Amino acid sequence: MSDANDVRASSKTDAVIHKQASPACPPNLADYDAVRAGFSWDAARARLDGLPDGGLNIAYEALDRHARGPRAGRTALRWLGLDGSRRALTYAELLSASCRFAHALATLGVQPGERVFVLTGRVVELYVAVLGAFRAGCTVCPLFSAFGPEPIATRMELGDARVLVTTSALYRRKVAGIRERLPGLRHVILTDGKGDEDDCHAWREVVERAPDAYTLVATRPEDIALLHFTSGTTGRPKGALHAHQAVVTHHLTGHYVLDLHDEDVFWCTADPGWVTGMSYGIIAPLTCGVTNVVVEAEFDAATWYGVLEQEQVSVWYTAPTAIRMLMKLGQEALADYDFKHLRFMASVGEPLNPEAVVWGNEAFGMPFHDNWWQTETGGIMIANYAALDVKPGSMGRPLPGIEAAIVARREDGGVDVIAEPDREGELALKKGWPSMMRDYLNEHERYERCFAGDWYLTGDLARQDADGYFWFVGRADDVIKSAGHLIGPFEVESALMEHPAVAEVGVIGIPDPVAGEQVKAFVALKPGHEPSLELNRALLGHARKRLGAAVAPKTIEFRTNLPKTRSGKIMRRLLKARELGLPEGDLSTLESDEQ
Amino acid sequence: MSTTATRSLVAELLADIAPEAELDSVADGEDLRQALDLDSMDFLNLVVALHERTGVDIPEADYPRLFTLAGMSEYLGTG
Repeated sequence: MSDANDVRASSKTDAVIHKQASPACPPNLADYDAVRAGFSWDAARARLDGLPDGGLNIAYEALDRHARGPRAGRTALRWLGLDGSRRALTYAELLSASCRFAHALATLGVQPGERVFVLTGRVVELYVAVLGAFRAGCTVCPLFSAFGPEPIATRMELGDARVLVTTSALYRRKVAGIRERLPGLRHVILTDGKGDEDDCHAWREVVERAPDAYTLVATRPEDIALLHFTSGTTGRPKGALHAHQAVVTHHLTGHYVLDLHDEDVFWCTADPGWVTGMSYGIIAPLTCGVTNVVVEAEFDAATWYGVLEQEQVSVWYTAPTAIRMLMKLGQEALADYDFKHLRFMASVGEPLNPEAVVWGNEAFGMPFHDNWWQTETGGIMIANYAALDVKPGSMGRPLPGIEAAIVARREDGGVDVIAEPDREGELALKKGWPSMMRDYLNEHERYERCFAGDWYLTGDLARQDADGYFWFVGRADDVIKSAGHLIGPFEVESALMEHPAVAEVGVIGIPDPVAGEQVKAFVALKPGHEPSLELNRALLGHARKRLGAAVAPKTIEFRTNLPKTRSGKIMRRLLKARELGLPEGDLSTLESDEQ
Repeated sequence: MSTTATRSLVAELLADIAPEAELDSVADGEDLRQALDLDSMDFLNLVVALHERTGVDIPEADYPRLFTLAGMSEYLGTG
């Protein structure tokens, strides 16, 4: 395209992408330095309505304040079904529907503060349930529908799920078999249930017949609204808790980072089973009062380009895996489409490689704006902005209100800030922003370990250049990132260990050109079991059935022995270094080597 | 390629990608990705394996034609 932003330099991917001085649509964050200098979180809170006496509820900010004003008749949700069907709900209609769900919870005896889990694909009922549960003062916990029974059971046990909203097929395949492990689960609501049966309620019975009279629990800003599970290197998944006032960050980043304007049609491709799809596929766009497009189908290039064109998407938030799949298809694939409404593109999930940023600029006439955040941060923390030049490969600069630094941990548990540019260290954020996690569920000590003094330590290694742009370097731990999803090696190892033939397992991430990383397992067998193709397939099938395709390993390799420390800990780092042909590093703790 | 032949070829290839998959329970017109819980990487691996076994070139733009067994059968027959 001819109006691509100007790229000045010889080497394409090293070149800074400069922005036009006066774009047709003036960015919300036009003067980064000035806004940053004058920023206050109190002023950011004042962008929302709030409740009387200082209350705050995410659903109120997402729906009520629009539904009671001139935006009442605007489309809040535009849903495109798998079978080609479409549904549109206005802000007023989505408000009514969420009130019905809140009444249904009350009728079932569900109390504020209890946890409502959602496990569905991207169906309309999911959005209604999430917003209705916020209204009822319940805590929402989303689960990814591609999880197998084991990750689902683990999270529902840890989270003491009281209510589950799911579909008949997912219930039958993934939940029915684990239900006896969940004595606290009192109600299952099937979105497509025909009638109440099998200890399950049907949506049409309990929700659609509930009154739509206005109802809202007056939550406080610090009341817990969200539980998001994320993966660590060791132990079970961590349950990050977020308060209702996380919505201050969601709204602010919708405005400043995604640059949402009043008339925008917004599409976040992330699934609400993960934190991006919750924060930016539901909450942020609705608080900004725009039209939020929801696509039930999985990725397919032609479908996606069709959605961008036909729905007249103006702001698009997607992920590196999808962008790389589009790149493979080439620029020719765009020739049949007209993206004249598209104004801003952003990406998150893992670092977006510079080639993909540059490709976006050539193919769409605008770069993908990469940004960085974590489940624990609750919202976007570091970003590339509409008004600022983009350095391809960089995660950008901190959100106004966020102080980020590169630090080095000291032996006494404190940290030193590394002020010198381009030095690698751990990325840290000064604590105290509204969407910062409030705790790890039942693991307060683990939560405390994330902080050193005033700094939240992210576990990501990064550097900051002389212009203030941050660059991702790598993870400080063994967590695997595949297709934008964090996978804890321990969870995968545990599932494989349950197989009677398995003696020990080490799980690592290996590079994948599209997904970033893919999961690989090294397995040593118990005496009496010999490596064979049949056993390899049996283990692969076992892991996939338990964990689901999104978490299970893609390849399994047999070893006679895995490298271990004196205390018997498997050295994943060494397995990975050898797999990738990298230096083996410090081997002083190695006691029993790989065979 | 007949749907029966396609079905047995896909079953053979899935043994390495998703050994737990019960292909018998999937109708010819059903989307394999949903019916068998295949993620995008699994599907990509399946397409690559199909290409290697049949020699048929499958450009990425054609992937949607391979979402069902019926679609694969038709595609491999004409390809």
